[in-house]
Amino acid sequence: MADLASEFLGIKSPNPFWLASAPPTDKAYNVNRAFEAGWGGAVWKTLGEDPPIVNVSGPRYGALHSNERRVIGFNNIELITDRPLQVNLDEMRQVKRDWPDRALVASVMLPMNEPTWAKYVPMIEDTGADAFELNFGCPHGMSERGMGAAVGQVPEYIQMAAEWCKKHATIPVIVKLTPNVTNILPPARAAWEGGADGVSLINTINSIMRVDYDSLTMYPATDGMGSHGGYCGSAVKPIALHMVAEIARHAETSRIPISGIGGIGDWRDAVDFIALGASNVQVCTAAMIYGFKIIDDLTDGLSNFLDDKGISSVDGLVGKAVQSVTDWQYLNLNHVEKAVIDQELCIKCGRCHIVCEDTSHQAITHTVNGERRFEVIDEECVGCNLCVSVCPVDGCITMQPLTSGVDPRTGQAIDSNKADWTTHPNNPMRKETS
Amino acid sequence: MPDVKPRRLSDAEIAENFSDMHPPLSRAEALIEADRCYFCYDAPCTEACPTDIDIPGFIQKIRSDNINGAAHTILRENIMGGMCARVCPTEILCEEACVRMTHEEKPVRIGLLQRHATDPVFEEDVQLFTRGRETGKNVAVVGSGPAGLSCAHRLSMLGHNVVILNRDDKPGGLNEYGIAAYKTVNDFAQREAEWILSIGGIELRSGVALGDDFSLEQLREEYDAVFLAFGLGGTNRLNVANEDIDGVLNAVDYISQLRQADDKGDLPVGRNVVVIGGGMTAIDIAVQTKRLGSERVDIVYRRGPEQMGASQYEQEFAQTSGVHIQHWSQPKRLLVEDRVSGVEFERTTIDADGTLRSTGETWSLNADIVFKAVGQTANTHILGKLAKELRQQNGKLVVDDNRMTTLPDIWAGGDCIYGHDDLTVTAVQDGKIAAKAIDRYLAAGD
Repeated sequence: MADLASEFLGIKSPNPFWLASAPPTDKAYNVNRAFEAGWGGAVWKTLGEDPPIVNVSGPRYGALHSNERRVIGFNNIELITDRPLQVNLDEMRQVKRDWPDRALVASVMLPMNEPTWAKYVPMIEDTGADAFELNFGCPHGMSERGMGAAVGQVPEYIQMAAEWCKKHATIPVIVKLTPNVTNILPPARAAWEGGADGVSLINTINSIMRVDYDSLTMYPATDGMGSHGGYCGSAVKPIALHMVAEIARHAETSRIPISGIGGIGDWRDAVDFIALGASNVQVCTAAMIYGFKIIDDLTDGLSNFLDDKGISSVDGLVGKAVQSVTDWQYLNLNHVEKAVIDQELCIKCGRCHIVCEDTSHQAITHTVNGERRFEVIDEECVGCNLCVSVCPVDGCITMQPLTSGVDPRTGQAIDSNKADWTTHPNNPMRKETS
Repeated sequence: MPDVKPRRLSDAEIAENFSDMHPPLSRAEALIEADRCYFCYDAPCTEACPTDIDIPGFIQKIRSDNINGAAHTILRENIMGGMCARVCPTEILCEEACVRMTHEEKPVRIGLLQRHATDPVFEEDVQLFTRGRETGKNVAVVGSGPAGLSCAHRLSMLGHNVVILNRDDKPGGLNEYGIAAYKTVNDFAQREAEWILSIGGIELRSGVALGDDFSLEQLREEYDAVFLAFGLGGTNRLNVANEDIDGVLNAVDYISQLRQADDKGDLPVGRNVVVIGGGMTAIDIAVQTKRLGSERVDIVYRRGPEQMGASQYEQEFAQTSGVHIQHWSQPKRLLVEDRVSGVEFERTTIDADGTLRSTGETWSLNADIVFKAVGQTANTHILGKLAKELRQQNGKLVVDDNRMTTLPDIWAGGDCIYGHDDLTVTAVQDGKIAAKAIDRYLAAGD
């Protein structure tokens, strides 16, 4: 059995799965239930100054559903904790005392002046929390008050607040980044330069779920009016993975430890994040859809996966895929793939044909010798992977590389040497090859 | 002593036995089922549908909560999409062709989805079609079954005036008088017929029969075109002695009585019942008799299960309803004690040259009632003097691809044409195709 024990910034937890700072970690009752279920850690719902904020007493959540009402995407307009600070601190202290082997992280959001940080940081650290996580990501409500994403979108503010926190804390400081930026690298760098020990990402994405088709108002709404919320769930995972990988693969940020967040619902999602550079992961939405029991599949699945791969611990997986992420210009333009349809598996739905015919390269037949039959026309196939993407039968269509001979589409011989855009004759900025 | 009596079961048992055979899907069930559709290109299900319904198209509309749009997609190709959702043998049509059969041997339940999409149209009386601009042309439609109503509706959409001449008291033909009761509950056949007629431009004259009350020559004189959809006539005979004695009944007559009965419990039912035949009528009479309380019902068919007109699904349906099916036997003689008391059968086999012959071995069944379900006969004698100008084969009208007969102003469809497969859905298609051809003919005549 692979060892799932995790250590992130020196914080130990029995597995790399923490609950993210969010409604599931609002109070001791929930966190106790999570730890009983087997979660490795919890980032407590974000603490703020007293008097506590207030939430709307109406819909805080909205969902993007599949037809079977599976939740694909999710958004929320809940703010940080709406309970008095001391109540939270007392509960955190008790939970950490009861669960010493689990990670307990204090998420904080404070106004942008040092005296406030100087006042609250020691008070919160005194609970026995293992680390701080600075919430510079909330895109709704708090950002209107100059906190949350309003800080996270300005690298100088990130650095400043990180410095204040580090100055008054003795435990590690994690900066939680907002994805509502055009480039994730400057905020990550600013956190590092401000002394943060690591970053976590992503927080939620600005979003409006839909309109109400009866009233033609935004949905969900509070008394007829709505406000954009933070988007999360499976739908945001690809965005999060990109940002994690960007930090992991660039030299100036690659040393920063990463806690990956965004659409993790099963162990494969966790593998994605860890292989692309995260040291551990945080989960919220999946728990909010199915409850804490999903931890069983997360831990069991990851452990079995590591065993199958012959990897003895989670650390051995961290960053494994990072070197495979590059800029487009470095992709091998001499590499040729063609789609191949397994006729034994084909159920003849014709989806591959129609999408290729209507929207791509007219490279899949519809009729062969008068029979309904779908075959790839190698003379037209550019290897785009669209047919693979739409085929309802797993494994029926695969991409196969051409390793010798001639590409029937271009008439060019397959060249086993690599050649990318940087030296391509069509590139006016090309580098001369030696 | 014969044991034939009404009320073998309680009212509650009969109500339960004749409730909806396939209850409708709930909205939640329909959405989950609709999600299983792969939205195939040039979909095999549509290819398999005799009326060319765009099945992935209407299922997509169910998915997006566009129910009226889904109903329109169905009904524009098949105006009896409601009845076909209930009676089509989908297991040998659209659902057999569903690619999910290849994937997991569980097709999308297209019939039930079609019902889900169309039920609100009839329940809420949503009129999805409008009558076309009046052409002033008049067309006579003989018969008000699926072919006749389909043709009349399409002709009205195209702006023509239609008179339907209907032999029966109510419109609907076999939908009203022939289909098993549990397939079309709550008077659906009448509600559907009324909805079809509500487009306007169609006059329904009931209780008038071709050959008795009017002649085909008269129709040709009075109308610009004629569509014949008068179905079939009498029933085939067993050709055994004493065939007309008490207790030997035509299945179609009994089914008609059952459909029209105010109280099904009033119908006399035999304790032991023998059904002779192998088609859908045999299945329908056997199962319905069983559900009225017969203790023992046997279907006896002279060939094997593969040769039966009823699909394998229907055969299994009969068997799970408690009906026994006996193959390779044909009636040799009726056993008689004042009235029928049983049937003696002789076993059959097929010769090397393919002809059916008796093996000489006999066996018998007790029977309080014997139902004959060995097919119906053509009744083209009602065509009168024009019969000789209308080409026929096996007593049925020969038509071309446009359903035109050998007379240029007469079209025909449904069970009365040669080569018809006796399905409601095919009759609807006949009426639709003929109406379009009649429209072209009438336009060319201007």
